[in-house]
Amino acid sequence: MEENDYILQVEDIHKAYGDREVLRGVSFTVRKGETKVFIGPSGTGKSTLLRCINQLTVPDRGRVFLHGEEVTNSGSRINYFRQRMGMVFQNFYLFDHLTAVRNVEIALLKVKRMDPKAAREKALYELRQVGMEDWADHYPAELSGGQAQRVSIARALAMDPDVILFDEPTSALDPELTREVLEVMKKLSNEGMTMLVVTHEMGFALSAASEVLFMERGLIVESGPPSEIPTSPVFERTRKFVGQFRDF
Amino acid sequence: MTDTVSLVLQAVPYLFSGVGVTLGLVIVSLLIGLLMGVPMAVAQVYGPRSVWGIITVYVWIFRGLPNLVLLFLFYFGIYPLLGLDVPPFLVAVTVLGLRSGAYQSQIFRGAIQSIGEGQMTAARSLGMSTSQAITGVILPQAMRIALPGWSNEYPILLTDSAVCYAIGVMEILTRADQIVVLTAEPMTIYLVAAAIFILLNYGGMRIFARIEKKVNIPGFGERAL
Repeated sequence: MEENDYILQVEDIHKAYGDREVLRGVSFTVRKGETKVFIGPSGTGKSTLLRCINQLTVPDRGRVFLHGEEVTNSGSRINYFRQRMGMVFQNFYLFDHLTAVRNVEIALLKVKRMDPKAAREKALYELRQVGMEDWADHYPAELSGGQAQRVSIARALAMDPDVILFDEPTSALDPELTREVLEVMKKLSNEGMTMLVVTHEMGFALSAASEVLFMERGLIVESGPPSEIPTSPVFERTRKFVGQFRDF
Repeated sequence: MTDTVSLVLQAVPYLFSGVGVTLGLVIVSLLIGLLMGVPMAVAQVYGPRSVWGIITVYVWIFRGLPNLVLLFLFYFGIYPLLGLDVPPFLVAVTVLGLRSGAYQSQIFRGAIQSIGEGQMTAARSLGMSTSQAITGVILPQAMRIALPGWSNEYPILLTDSAVCYAIGVMEILTRADQIVVLTAEPMTIYLVAAAIFILLNYGGMRIFARIEKKVNIPGFGERAL
């Protein structure tokens, strides 16, 4: 089946909180190596969409497939699918009681049941990938926001996921720290990592995205390669909104 | 004066032989309370509503009844009714332990609930099951947060343990009372007993301070989540 070309298929996702419909039927597909960037005004369901993909939020309707296998309604197999879908959060959510390297290795030990020595090696390798190997023995409280976010990217990478979901990874960071995180993400994108990124960083969208998807009121209203962005009428509206956050 | 000194010198070894009993009461009860309190806290936070209700009732009963009432209930009531001839020491640790478990469960529940939701979210996003996340992420943090409050259980149990005098456990106060009956020197003897309690309390505080320092993590628990 040609469907199986896709790493990820998202079909008609709906989610409402009470009367408020956050997602009103979102569908898209992702191929290996693609970086899809979701932009749009705050409160349009972008973050909820990411959380519906790995079922941290259970959608009311719609289905998600990873390599053709259904992720939605997968019962306890969801823990397997989540290993295959890394996630990076706006507020990092590093484990506060563990050093950087132990943050990266804990899931390798607990979930993948890796041998401690191999897990440590893998964790240090991933920290090196994000330029944090010198900080391996530091606790989260001792790291800057940008450093913490890079460690959390290493934590996601360590599981060798098929796709990584980035939920506003730089929204809690000042411009300087934002840049160091975006550089790591751009590198991953260039190296062929499959990524879904919710962000307000238009610069990143323009330079790293294989496709940009505009969301508005719970729907994808337009999508296309970044080269089409400057001429898109939808983009005009989005730019006004996003422009309040940062110049680009 | 010399009479007092020799009385004290005679009394001290006898009272000190009660230290082991008192500490036994405290440590066993503390452990029973810990083994009950942590699972109860986890069940209350992550378990179904019905479990939450059962634990709430348990906590309500055991925090609501005086130690002495519970001791008499178990010693003269519950154990005899079950046809069990339980020595006073075991009755005492049953009561102190069950009661401490009720208190400890709420100390740990508060600690668990103070941990930001993001910790569980991040753990689940990596493919951990809820129980893996609880044992690997939530509890190691919650135990550290709970430690200062939990340390209070030691002096509380230490002072409460003296109530076990009422069912004849051979702890410090019971022994002091025996000497007082023989010598009619209550002030001297009870003061010696008091000094021993103070010493035990001080030693415990030192140990807990050391544990707190040992498990301390730079920056952890110092900032608002």
